[in-house]
Amino acid sequence: MATDFTLNGKPTRFDGDPETPLLWVLRDHLGLTGTKYGCGVAQCGACTVHLDGKSRRSCVTPVSTVAGKNVTTIEGVEGKTAEAVQSAWVAIDVPQCGFCQSGQVMSAIALLAQKKRVTDEDIDNAMAGNICRCATYVRIRQAIHDASAKLGA
Amino acid sequence: MHALLPSRRAFLQSSGLVLGLALPMRGAAKAAATAVPFAPNAFVRVSTDNLVTVIIKHIEMGQGPATGLATILADEMDADWSQIRVEFAPANDPLYKNLAFGTMGTGGSSAMSNSWMQMRNAGASARAMLAEAGARRWGVPVSAVKVSKGVVSSGTHKASFGELAADAAGLKPPEKPILKTPDQWTLIGTDLTKVDSATKTDGSAMFTMDIRRPGMVHTAILHPPAFGGKASKVVDAAALAVPGVLAVKTLPQGVVVYAKDSYSAMKGRAALDVTWDLSAAETRTSEQLYNTFAEAASQPGNKVEASGDVAAALKGAAKTIEATYLFPYLAHAPMEPMDAVIEMKGGKLDVWMGSQFQVGELGAICATLGVKPEDAALHEQYAGGSFGRRVTPLMEFAVEAASAFKAYGGAAPVKHVWMRENDIRGGRYRPLTVHKVRGGIDAAGNVVGWEQVAAAQSFFKNTPMEAMGIQKGIDDSITEGLADAYHFPNSYIGQHIMEGGVPTLWWRSVGNTHTAYVMETFLDELLALGGKDAVAGRRALMKEARLKAVLSKVAEIADWGGKVAAGRARGVAAWKSFGSYVAQIAEVSVGPEGVPKVHKVWCAVDCGIPINPNVIRAQIEGGIGYGLGHALYSEVVLGEGGVVQQGNFDSYRSLRIGEMPAVEVAIIKSTESPTGIGEPGLPPAAPAVANAWRKLTGKTVRRLPFIHGDNA
Repeated sequence: MATDFTLNGKPTRFDGDPETPLLWVLRDHLGLTGTKYGCGVAQCGACTVHLDGKSRRSCVTPVSTVAGKNVTTIEGVEGKTAEAVQSAWVAIDVPQCGFCQSGQVMSAIALLAQKKRVTDEDIDNAMAGNICRCATYVRIRQAIHDASAKLGA
Repeated sequence: MHALLPSRRAFLQSSGLVLGLALPMRGAAKAAATAVPFAPNAFVRVSTDNLVTVIIKHIEMGQGPATGLATILADEMDADWSQIRVEFAPANDPLYKNLAFGTMGTGGSSAMSNSWMQMRNAGASARAMLAEAGARRWGVPVSAVKVSKGVVSSGTHKASFGELAADAAGLKPPEKPILKTPDQWTLIGTDLTKVDSATKTDGSAMFTMDIRRPGMVHTAILHPPAFGGKASKVVDAAALAVPGVLAVKTLPQGVVVYAKDSYSAMKGRAALDVTWDLSAAETRTSEQLYNTFAEAASQPGNKVEASGDVAAALKGAAKTIEATYLFPYLAHAPMEPMDAVIEMKGGKLDVWMGSQFQVGELGAICATLGVKPEDAALHEQYAGGSFGRRVTPLMEFAVEAASAFKAYGGAAPVKHVWMRENDIRGGRYRPLTVHKVRGGIDAAGNVVGWEQVAAAQSFFKNTPMEAMGIQKGIDDSITEGLADAYHFPNSYIGQHIMEGGVPTLWWRSVGNTHTAYVMETFLDELLALGGKDAVAGRRALMKEARLKAVLSKVAEIADWGGKVAAGRARGVAAWKSFGSYVAQIAEVSVGPEGVPKVHKVWCAVDCGIPINPNVIRAQIEGGIGYGLGHALYSEVVLGEGGVVQQGNFDSYRSLRIGEMPAVEVAIIKSTESPTGIGEPGLPPAAPAVANAWRKLTGKTVRRLPFIHGDNA
């Protein structure tokens, strides 16, 4: 059974097991490897994508549930908020190993898209689902504040 | 890794581990290839489009060597930072060995220290040749030529590196390139942007897990439920019936399901029905191991160091205290689990890995597959963390991946990936360790006696590294640093190497993960008992001036002794590891779960000449976070029958953003040669927090993690 959805702005069809988690559809079938596997049970956030603009853990999202919806991955994310977040990330060298950072960036963009002016508590809440084993958290927090400032909050 | 590193070289030369690898491997000549006009040595290439590519011989797993090594070379070369690119070295010991090991590999926070002069010379040599090329082209003496930011000039003459590359290629490298004096450095010591931040922010950086090859087969492996178990009966009909599953093979390591994609492989694995033979397995629980190890630690064991007469000193002490400390097994749990991609085509072997032990692992894969090293190439990838996990004495993962490839017949490329559960339950843990310690003070509060005995497995035991790692019954990693920090007039340090079937390993900062915790918390108690200040009291006992200096510095930046907010307390700890000196002060309050909420950690660090302060601060931040996360929340527990109780981040708890303290770092302006930074930030973090916690609550935490019920 085929599943049709919009991926990074383009109509996309997946012709396979509709229970397949979106993560593996992206990585194994569509070749978009920026979205990472880290746990498979929605504990680490490395697989975070946007589903109709909101953060979503793709490792526990059966592809059938995104039928007709808009999926955005790290490869396709764009716009003012995304630019602010990603340039803030690079400016202060947030990544260490980098493996979790696609997910961190996607969660940060979703947060600032929803609320431009954020407190530390907002960041704690929005980013709690994204583990960074290198513990780059000090810089993640700083980069989100920097991006928020740049967005004129 | 380990303080004994220099002698590892001798081991590698004598063990036969790298036999046959003196032959260059495929791709090894790449660095010297003529495809680019100017490749003066193994570490740098200049292309006509004016890009300078620095060849990185160390794994980049987040600790920053790609940036650090490029910084050193670029500075001596006088390249412009914007023209610098990096590329990972092929597997080739003659060109790219770690000078501290004798083979390619990364560990012991040695990347900068072993490469420092090598990269300086490589850059200075390239610079001299480019300057000479300019001089010849313009008919001026070399002394009249300047090199700055990638431009060679003399009076009105001017050329970029790229423009001179072809000319420089024809010149002979200087025999002894002239190095800059420290005042001439323009990049070393500055906060350069890291070379990999952009691609790690937009998702384009490639990791092993991202490699895709035509016709590639995906695997999922089921390991035995207890260490040392073996599959005795495999019923695979249901697994084979899963659409997309291609085959099921039983290996000594476990049962492998091969499939067209990852999800089918995982579904197939879930459908396996395996009977395990656990007759040779380690079936003891963590509690049983703690009891056995504690019993051993109540005896003196093998002597590491002794001074004076500790028994008499403790007997005559005005006050004594004693304690038993328990440290659990810990998984490294790098964000990217262990993985490799192997392909064989036309007799040529290609391996994609983020290998931390490049020549050894490719050699192990070659040996497993019966391939000659000259027919094999390693394509080194970014590694999604390691913390010590990606280099093991027996190279089991590389062997397992090669075995999985071989069992499938070798016709298709195989991507062998551990799922998170494989990783958490897969062993090679920080060793479960017990310390018993007794200390005494005299009437004036001076420490008069210190007796400490540790019991743990040795991860060198039963590996080719045993002769190097265990000498005269002592594995230095078990009692790492205990004899080095303080002058005690009467002391005894001893250790027991315990038997156990759980595979263990170095884990970010190795033995210092527990030795620093015991010494720094127990000394803090003794000082408090004697009415001594935690900073002044330590300083009076410290052996090394550089350790005293970081302690003084951190006390200054944190305003030690100043006012602390109500409901909070501060603790201090200092430790030297991997040649670097680190002192930290932590400020804590009582968190919602009854464990410390760590608000801030101040840190002073002396790691020699600071090559990139930005990377140093990042590694201190990360070391503190990694150390605290595990000390507060993490443990791998063996339950009934030796079965690991944790399996994923829902049970093996990781630090999250709201639990990360603010971090302020002061870097000592040292002129000593650079030393490690990937690991030294970790050891003082947990004891500094424990000391603050004791001040705040009166509770001593002797069983880690803090969240363990015994500490409530």
